[in-house]
Amino acid sequence: MFRKLALTALVAVALTSGAATAEEDEGSVTNYRFSFDGPFGSYDQNQLQRGLQIFTESCSACHGLRYVPIRTLSDEDGPGLEPAEVRAYIDQNFIEVWDEDLRDYRAAVPNDNFPANDAAGAPDLSMMAKARAGFHGPYGLAINQFLFGIGGPEYIASFLTGYNDEDEEVAGSYLYGNDIFYGGLTAMSPPLFDGLVEFNDGSPNDVESMAQDVAAFLMWAAEPEMMARKRMGFTAVILLGLLAVLLYLTNKRLWAPIKRRAKGGSAE
Amino acid sequence: MSGIPHDHYEPKSNSEKWLHSRLPIIELLYNTLMIPTPKNLNWMWIWGIVLAFALVLQIVTGVILAMHYVPNADLAFASIEQIMRNVNSGWAIRYIHMNGASLFFVAVYAHIFRGLYYGSYKAPREVTWIIGILIYLAMMATAFMGYVLPWGQMSFWGATVITGLFGAIPLVGDAIQTWLLGGPSVDNATLNRFLSLHFLLPFVIAGLVIVHIWAFHTTGNGNPAGVEVRRTSRKEADADTLPFWPYFVIKDLFALAVVLVAFFAVVGFMPNFLGHPDNYIEANPLITPAEIVPEWYFLPFYAILRAFDGEVWVVIWASWLTGGIVDAKLFGVLAMFGSIVVLALVPWLDTSSVRSGRYRPSFKWWFWLLGFDFMVLMWSGARPIEGIYPYIALVATSYWFAYFLIILPLLGIFEKPLPTPATIEEDFNAHYGKPDADGQAAASPAE
Repeated sequence: MFRKLALTALVAVALTSGAATAEEDEGSVTNYRFSFDGPFGSYDQNQLQRGLQIFTESCSACHGLRYVPIRTLSDEDGPGLEPAEVRAYIDQNFIEVWDEDLRDYRAAVPNDNFPANDAAGAPDLSMMAKARAGFHGPYGLAINQFLFGIGGPEYIASFLTGYNDEDEEVAGSYLYGNDIFYGGLTAMSPPLFDGLVEFNDGSPNDVESMAQDVAAFLMWAAEPEMMARKRMGFTAVILLGLLAVLLYLTNKRLWAPIKRRAKGGSAE
Repeated sequence: MSGIPHDHYEPKSNSEKWLHSRLPIIELLYNTLMIPTPKNLNWMWIWGIVLAFALVLQIVTGVILAMHYVPNADLAFASIEQIMRNVNSGWAIRYIHMNGASLFFVAVYAHIFRGLYYGSYKAPREVTWIIGILIYLAMMATAFMGYVLPWGQMSFWGATVITGLFGAIPLVGDAIQTWLLGGPSVDNATLNRFLSLHFLLPFVIAGLVIVHIWAFHTTGNGNPAGVEVRRTSRKEADADTLPFWPYFVIKDLFALAVVLVAFFAVVGFMPNFLGHPDNYIEANPLITPAEIVPEWYFLPFYAILRAFDGEVWVVIWASWLTGGIVDAKLFGVLAMFGSIVVLALVPWLDTSSVRSGRYRPSFKWWFWLLGFDFMVLMWSGARPIEGIYPYIALVATSYWFAYFLIILPLLGIFEKPLPTPATIEEDFNAHYGKPDADGQAAASPAE
């Protein structure tokens, strides 16, 4: 009975989560392996720091991270910078935020959020890794999403490496060909090129590595609590599993005399 | 309650007697908790407790979320991120609340289909069934309005599409839609009233749940065999039933723990699986998403809504007969509400004298086809309206109506049911007892 229920539930979940599938061109989002994939995965602190560097030196020219508090850069489960390093990061990059009271810009403090930036009309990246689905189907059944995750960071990394040469000029604006982007043309010029960023630890700085680093960083920006969430998941699953076992045994014992009587034996 | 002979509450201490003569509340609790319950209930009778738990879970997490949420079109989206990032454990509360809605609907669909299979809606439990449908409608309204509150793209456009349905009503539709929205389109006024109603309706549901329980405590529980508890003597009643506490409370709690393991696995490891990525983009009235898809639990009815375009012959006929008042859009809306109306009317549409589907050989097949049909509708509701999908949706929609309006009424006349057990005791013993001389025991292990 339980197997039947479990199977039914599984099929139901697989079938029903069709809601999570926007119809986009399936494209060819690469299933990049990230350290935080799966229930056991966790963020790679070095990768997040590299991603932060790429974001700061390249993406932040046009994109904001308006929902991400700067202080969270020192989260243990995130990039894990020292508080002093966070302040140094603000100073070195001249990060300024708009102050409603001063009605002017001022130097940011760690408790501020990253500045918003829509000067170039570029979207904010705070939740980008949760606002894109890399995987769909097949046939709207969301099985791929069940197996590989929703695929936000995979989408971002594939997008950043997905530029082709099929650029076009549409209504006066120059658009860049991209295999992944919806419609095949994006207003963003290819942002990464080999050697764009020099990493202190000499990590590879080819386009593909950097694309994954910045995608990982954006996943953290979108889901800074992911590690705490997975820990909660394990605690809850293990404790409730234990409770289920105890209740199963209690229930079995409780019903034993009743079932014995049904068999025609004595009820004790 | 329920006319089944059982132990009665006797106040013992002086304080109990004092209270009892003024307010017999302990007696009420005693009767509720100790109600004689058919002992052959199987594992499909556990969803009620899951639903009760889900309601409490949603109210508790929802009240906490409401402490931090800002119902303002300019601030709502940011306030959700504030909850996710700056409120202690805010992310946990929000993810539990978000997925709690899915838990609620998984449980309610299991509960409804259990009722459909075992004939739980049949006399004398029609009122229980109708109240259940009202609860389900209130749940849908609550979930729909709750989904608007994060003020993401899918919140906004989902609200636009669904409230647009009222615009299909002839003559007064536009006025009603404007009145509901508080303006010409989904905006700040809409967001505020949706929060207000989203907060109110769960308490209405809680009230309806009490009436639902009251109703089936009056008639007594149904059970998989579909035969009534014997009420003629205490001895026979005792042979058919066990008190709710502790036998069914412990059993239900065990099942609840198993369900919650799965629930927290989803919350912990894939909290956004059942959501839509577009809802992490702030609502923008100027940009329509590529595809507007409701939450999974609305998809079957969304598929029915979309199934009828101007090419379908019933729509053409309806339009011709009404002089064009019923167009494809209004027909779709009527079909969607109609699909729930037929569900509410099932106590009178099912003509069979046998209650449980277990003893109805042909009914079983039609029932499982209905379950499959529901899944197909759910799936097709999320597919684009192109290629073969509209036909699939139309066929699946037709079966939904055919099941309730044609198959159920006719089956009761033409079907030859199998013999049912004479008593619950007999059913229970057949399940757990040793095969007797005829070797016919344990024929149907807890379907």
